[in-house]
Amino acid sequence: MAGIGAEIVAAPPRRRDGGEQEQQRRRLSGLGERDLAALALSAVSAFAIAWLFLTVVLGNSSWVETAILTYPLFLATYWFVSREMDGPLLAGDRVMAALVASAAIAMAVPLLLIMTYLVYKGLAGLTPHFFTQTQQYVGPLSPATAGGASQAIVGTLEMVGLAVVMSVPLGFICAVFLNEIGGPLRRPVRIFVDAMSGVPTILAGLFIYAVWVINFGFSGFAAALAISISMLPIVTRTSEEMLRLVPQGLREASLAMGASEWRTTWNVVMPTARSGLITAIILGVARAVGETAPLIMTAFGNTLMNANPFSGAQAGLPLYIYSQIRESSAANIQDRAWAGALVLMLVVLGLFATARLTSRLSGRAAYARAAEAAVTPTMPSGGNDE
Amino acid sequence: MGTITAAEAVAAEPRREVRTTRTRGDRAYRLLTTGGGLLTLVILVLIGLFLLLRALPALRVNGLSFFTTKYWNPDGTGHHSGVLAVAYGTVEIAVIALILAVPVSLLSALYLTQYAPERARGLLTTVVDLLAAIPSLIYGIWAFFVLQPHLLGLSAWLAAHLGFIPIFSAPSIGPFASSPFIVGVMVALMLLPTATSVMREVFAQAPVGEKEAALALGASRWRMIRTVVLPFGKAGIVGGSMLAMGRAMGESISVAIIINAVFTTSPHILQSGGNSIGALIADRFSDATAQYGLPALMAAGLVLFGMTLLVNTAASLIVRSARSGKGVEI
Repeated sequence: MAGIGAEIVAAPPRRRDGGEQEQQRRRLSGLGERDLAALALSAVSAFAIAWLFLTVVLGNSSWVETAILTYPLFLATYWFVSREMDGPLLAGDRVMAALVASAAIAMAVPLLLIMTYLVYKGLAGLTPHFFTQTQQYVGPLSPATAGGASQAIVGTLEMVGLAVVMSVPLGFICAVFLNEIGGPLRRPVRIFVDAMSGVPTILAGLFIYAVWVINFGFSGFAAALAISISMLPIVTRTSEEMLRLVPQGLREASLAMGASEWRTTWNVVMPTARSGLITAIILGVARAVGETAPLIMTAFGNTLMNANPFSGAQAGLPLYIYSQIRESSAANIQDRAWAGALVLMLVVLGLFATARLTSRLSGRAAYARAAEAAVTPTMPSGGNDE
Repeated sequence: MGTITAAEAVAAEPRREVRTTRTRGDRAYRLLTTGGGLLTLVILVLIGLFLLLRALPALRVNGLSFFTTKYWNPDGTGHHSGVLAVAYGTVEIAVIALILAVPVSLLSALYLTQYAPERARGLLTTVVDLLAAIPSLIYGIWAFFVLQPHLLGLSAWLAAHLGFIPIFSAPSIGPFASSPFIVGVMVALMLLPTATSVMREVFAQAPVGEKEAALALGASRWRMIRTVVLPFGKAGIVGGSMLAMGRAMGESISVAIIINAVFTTSPHILQSGGNSIGALIADRFSDATAQYGLPALMAAGLVLFGMTLLVNTAASLIVRSARSGKGVEI
């Protein structure tokens, strides 16, 4: 306690030469050299102790165990070091800051690991004919590079395309209702949209199976129906957020000029939010492309090309990956799955980057809101909620 | 005097009625959009209804014992099957995932809103969004091939040293692969972005005035967070965790890839074998018989539907009730 108190009391600027010289500007935030040194040395010593204990004393260590032991040791060391330097009050604050920051860094680790592993495993099976051939002449012993997944790529494109055609207009209509019309039904509809976004995608598949497939058989269209059920709430939420960003003054100006409500929405609100609405579509598509579970019970999968989404079983890229992984643990078959996974990931990343670019047009804030709305229920923070 | 004030003049005039007459186009527009909004409800009800309809044969065969039976044998003699083991597994996996994911998301949400410098904030937000964009199938295969081998050692270590705690005990000492614990770790990774962004959104609304007041009174940054941000964001923490739980319960394909399907309500999470409703449906759908297998799966789906609907609706109501920073006086 004495340490910190003393430091604050001793704070008045020291003036050399009777205050003639300018005083040095104090840094209020950020880490100084002293803090960085304390951090780094605590980390090194914690690692050294953990390594010594696990490798020398116990004689066996994997990097997981070392990391798990290092971390608490690091926090403890850092606390002791900070306490020696600045007293217990600041030490507690520093340790919490380190804990919070390391959690944030930990978020980035799986992303990097997944990406690098996908590239490392997927590149081998990725050949030009992956995009042009099917699995027609591929047997269990064929090498990983034999044939391709063009039937799955075509299937996914068609399913997602059909799903977009169905879910995007509906999502926009819902969003317009929530943001422009409102009324007593707004609250319940919001809750339904939230509830719908929580429906597991496999149940969307089961539902479409029960309604459609039992009567009309497996088809890409049935898959598109299931995908649009899981896409609808994402598009609705995201585009609602985007419509909220349209300034109220524009609407009022339009209405004051004598435009009717639907004219105002169609000719003023929607064009103003255009790039945001495009972001909403892209985020919905990014989610839809990776949908696997509903495809099992709607599209069923196919090793041959079926370009007609309205009849017969169709392949989809996620389903292709899943069935290859499931089929066998043989390396040649699994490498095909990894190639497919790499393509899928690249598609998702491409869509993601496009969403970012289009929403740049409507500002960073808009993008942040869109990405947020795709995963979270809308908060009562916007302008005209209730 | 003959003069009257403006107020009296207004009072003297009969109150005019303001009536809005909408054009036919506007009436159609309102009808259309309201209908679109209500369609979400219709779809939800239809999902529940059709699952129930198709599940009826199985529910009739099993009766109430469907909820107390552990095994899954719709095509055997008696056609009995029950949802107890898979429902238990679903909740078990979701709880493991939550326990792992919530602290990390809580801390990273705090970092994003209270600690991060501008540039780090942008970068980390991108990371969170990207994590949310990775398809769960890719999480599943990555966890199966990369994560699992690294976790086996940890499982063995936990079983050996913390085995006295019931959930960590492994009566037969292994095998540790394909256990609920490993699935839980994978699902936790999937939940991180969801939980983080909900909590971040709530923390970002913590009233600036109260935060600055705490700092001005001499609180350190962590003290300020503990006394202002965390109490303020309580609803966001609870709601975000429940939302993540709903998502965790709905995972199917990724769980099916890893788990060793066993119908049990064993508390030993490190031991190989477990199941979840989603994984069961994904796994058994292709060979289910139309007469007995499918209705049983539909019934299991109905149970999952009810569980996720309950958790998600409660979660979104809690998140919505989060105290908004808008009305706070500074």
